[in-house]
Amino acid sequence: MPVETWLIFVISFMILGSIVALELKDLLSSIIAIGIVGLGVSVSFLFLQAPDLAIVQFLFEIFALIILVRAFIKKDYHQEKPSRVNKILVGVTIITLIAVFFLSVNIFKSLPAFGNPLMETSEYYLAHGAKDTGSANLVTSIILDYRAYDTLGEITVLFTAILGALTIVRIKSRSKDSVEEQL
Amino acid sequence: MTVYLLCFILLLVGLYGIITKRDLIKIILSLGIMGYAANLMLILFGYKSGAIYPILEKGVTPEIMVDPLPQALVLTSIVIELGITAMLVALAVRLFEKYKTFDITKIRRLSG
Repeated sequence: MPVETWLIFVISFMILGSIVALELKDLLSSIIAIGIVGLGVSVSFLFLQAPDLAIVQFLFEIFALIILVRAFIKKDYHQEKPSRVNKILVGVTIITLIAVFFLSVNIFKSLPAFGNPLMETSEYYLAHGAKDTGSANLVTSIILDYRAYDTLGEITVLFTAILGALTIVRIKSRSKDSVEEQL
Repeated sequence: MTVYLLCFILLLVGLYGIITKRDLIKIILSLGIMGYAANLMLILFGYKSGAIYPILEKGVTPEIMVDPLPQALVLTSIVIELGITAMLVALAVRLFEKYKTFDITKIRRLSG
């Protein structure tokens, strides 16, 4: 079967999985169901000839599952409470999103067709990458040589996000300590 | 073309979740779905039909390789997404400790 058929199958499965994950009432089940989408993306990366990305996406999925389950499993209210769902908001949102979808069809028609990318910059990287950087894996040669400053900036963003998460979690423990000291 | 549209539908499902859901965990999961769809879309743009992965081997010429540039950019983007998810989860846990709920409408009412 051609790659496009496989991709249509996998992405349709991912859309179904994401709708199920969003509509399930039990939050733990929806966290598990979101794994369908992540692992589907991983399989799609394999079909699209990106093995590095498939491995990274797989690891991301496992770590995200661990973080989400670890953070939310101890909470008593892990059942979503039946709340008065604003039906008008849901209806208007669905109609608007369907309109956005049909209006955007022309944009996707104007893009280069699937399987024929514009490879103006990448042709240079592919032709000269091994000679310039000495790396057999051309993705690595782009990350660590041609676009090293981009990678530095992205690592800074990652560092800031982790620092922010640690700070937010740490405020709790420090305030608890101070309360205990006051007591 | 069909693949692009399906991937765009996945992005819209994530947007739908962000707009209509009231539970903070569902909103974090919807953001994750949008991130998956954006990454997948970028890799779809770089696929060349019949090409192989961009790793040099014996008997492989650069003409039959897929576009390595989106792969390099998405590789770091996935890792950043993990950091952002961790930060959002930390924020949600802190909000739960303060308000004892994940419902965003109740959080708004208590703060006012």
